[in-house]
Amino acid sequence: MQPEQFYYDNRIVRNFGIATVIWGIIGMTVGLIVAIQLYHPGANMHNQYTTFGRIRPLHTNAVIFAFVGNAIFMGVYYSLQRLLKARMFSDVLSNIHFWGWQLIIISAVITLPLGLTTSHEYAELEWPIDIAITIIWVVFGWNMFGTIFKRRERHLYVAIWFYIATFVTIAVLHIVNSIELPVSAFKSYMVYAGVQDALVQWWYGHNAVAFFLTTPYLGMMYYFLPKMANRPIYSYKLSILHFWALIFIYIWAGPHHLLYTTLPGWAQSLGVAFSIMLIAPSWGGMINGLLTLRGAWDKVRDDVILKFMVVGLTAYGMATFEGPMLSLKQVNGIAHFSDWIIAHVHVGALGWNGFLTFAILYWLIPRIYKTELFSKKLASFHFWAGTLGIIFYAVPMYWAGFTQSLMLKEFKPDGMLKYPNFLETTLQILPMHVMRSVGGAIYLLGVIVMAYNLFLTMKQGSLVANEAAQAMPLEPVQTVAKEASWHRTLERRPIQFMLLALVVILIGSFIELMPTLTISSNIPTIASVKPYTPLELQGRDIYIREGCSNCHSQTVRPFRSETERYGEYSKAGEFVYDHPFLWGSKRTGPDLAREGGKYGNAWHYNHLMDPRLMSPGSIMPEYFWLLNQKLDTTTTAAKIRAMRTLGVPYAAGYDKIANRDLDKQASLIAANLQTDHIKVMKDKEIIAIIAYLQRLGMDIKANKTANK
Amino acid sequence: MSIIYFLIGCSVIMALLFLFAFFWAQRSGQNDDLFTPSMRILLEDDHIPDPVADAAIKSLAEEKIQKAANK
Repeated sequence: MQPEQFYYDNRIVRNFGIATVIWGIIGMTVGLIVAIQLYHPGANMHNQYTTFGRIRPLHTNAVIFAFVGNAIFMGVYYSLQRLLKARMFSDVLSNIHFWGWQLIIISAVITLPLGLTTSHEYAELEWPIDIAITIIWVVFGWNMFGTIFKRRERHLYVAIWFYIATFVTIAVLHIVNSIELPVSAFKSYMVYAGVQDALVQWWYGHNAVAFFLTTPYLGMMYYFLPKMANRPIYSYKLSILHFWALIFIYIWAGPHHLLYTTLPGWAQSLGVAFSIMLIAPSWGGMINGLLTLRGAWDKVRDDVILKFMVVGLTAYGMATFEGPMLSLKQVNGIAHFSDWIIAHVHVGALGWNGFLTFAILYWLIPRIYKTELFSKKLASFHFWAGTLGIIFYAVPMYWAGFTQSLMLKEFKPDGMLKYPNFLETTLQILPMHVMRSVGGAIYLLGVIVMAYNLFLTMKQGSLVANEAAQAMPLEPVQTVAKEASWHRTLERRPIQFMLLALVVILIGSFIELMPTLTISSNIPTIASVKPYTPLELQGRDIYIREGCSNCHSQTVRPFRSETERYGEYSKAGEFVYDHPFLWGSKRTGPDLAREGGKYGNAWHYNHLMDPRLMSPGSIMPEYFWLLNQKLDTTTTAAKIRAMRTLGVPYAAGYDKIANRDLDKQASLIAANLQTDHIKVMKDKEIIAIIAYLQRLGMDIKANKTANK
Repeated sequence: MSIIYFLIGCSVIMALLFLFAFFWAQRSGQNDDLFTPSMRILLEDDHIPDPVADAAIKSLAEEKIQKAANK
């Protein structure tokens, strides 16, 4: 048999590489802007489109799906071709994948600042973009499996297994968490409500971390680290072992994001148990990576690329030890909702994802441009700037997290909260927030230096778009004579068969389960819990649009420090009409689950107009545009109809008269504001959001009064 | 909380899928050789000669082969 001549596609690798750098800088710059807004709210440039609640999702989406996403595709397209000794299956699919992904990111950059969001964290993009993501993801999978099928290397190296797991799992997670009922072109309601919605979201949320930020990067680590150090992985057996362990265990860790909420206790415990188990396979990867360098540590001293890898792997080890610890209920009770979590994720993101990406870029760009890196000194500068940046970022955030959480839990000897005013604890940690933004800026500076360095590297070399390679073709597997039955043919194709089976089963269970799930979730267990009025529903959508849930939770945990501060702890039955749930994951400001009736309408009006009027020193943005913008009531009917479809018990035909009720309630609020000498038209958005805020937690309060 | 059955279903399906993939890998001999694959990725046409590292790889390989032979 003659060896076959073929060419690796380096252009697609280069394209994804450039996209990684550009989106990295953009995503991190947005991150820096939101970080500054946390101590200097004026940094929103007094513009609704650049205010924290709208661009914090832009930051997370840009760094996860644009920066890390493009880096994954860069790494996969480079290593997959070489591991399989084959060019990518189809150049057309490669290009559709590349440009499709960039278009999705651009549509995120446009829609998120406009406030078009589902409010599901890391899944904020609205339904048309969700569909586009699904299509492009399938294109990626098609291209990847196509390459696997035409490979010239029988054995699938462990990295490829990680890539396959990434593809399959992300596909399922994305679809399940994006089941929305469209109301208009860019507005939809989650099919699930309340607790169920929360569980789906965090089942997705945690596995997005697992299968987008972890498995593809472990796969890349298994290819690039041995290449960089020019020595084999410490233990191939361990890599196989921890791969299978990791993918089997990860899937149920999600509920640790919902400890002490109204999620049933057994589901919480399930999440904790799986999270603790995760230490073993996670550390298996880290140890395997670090031990690969045994006997080569002298190389680490000189080679900046290996330095990035070592710090990256160490950050992975720290984050995956901290994760299980954070999922212990006692630790979680303090850490959750605080800056501790922000520190935790950034150790992972900046250290593990960031540093691995940089190492791969520094290694791969000179290779496909057949040249040397332009400047090792600048790369070394980047390494130290990055490392210092992470430290200056993480340490203040840990400090801030502990400080604020402990302050919020502190009681005086007489049994009263020591800091009854939430704002006091915020002001205490502002210096740490300043330091954190300095750390982030240093890290960003490093990335900009890298971009410059890589640009000059590309300039001094020239791209080998099609790299020649040779390999023996695979000997065909002995097959029995062709049988007529299509099923027989399918049986001989295990992967297609499995995929087909998966699709069939998923569709089947979806059709069968969904109606029951959505309707039964709306059976009220608390009689006094009623659907939102049309005005409140509109106000709730403004709350979602402005991203209020990025800073305010809506779930009171059963701690005395919280019931004293906020009121009665939350019950599952309170959320049955919440499509989507709005529990949030961070308390930059106080919880709002019991906000209704705490202050007058005038207080809310003034507070939204300028928070510092009512709470001097507050870091909340000014929502002045709510005062001027007219509430769009043309959507009311469609929204009520959608809610009815989802099982919310509005009377039949209510959609036609909903605006009448809306108008009535708005007039009452406007009249009430008038008594406080605030003149505002009843058709402004602020009226709707005040109505919603005043409703929060009122059903439970009504229940109490009724029972007395 | 009925959604949890749906999610468990999805998770179990994915787990089964992975399990089948594992069985396939096991049966088709993907995991028979747990040594050569780690070496093979280092050997490429554009392999930049590094006498020290190459010698290290060679001696490591010999050591492993020796161990296997002793078994």
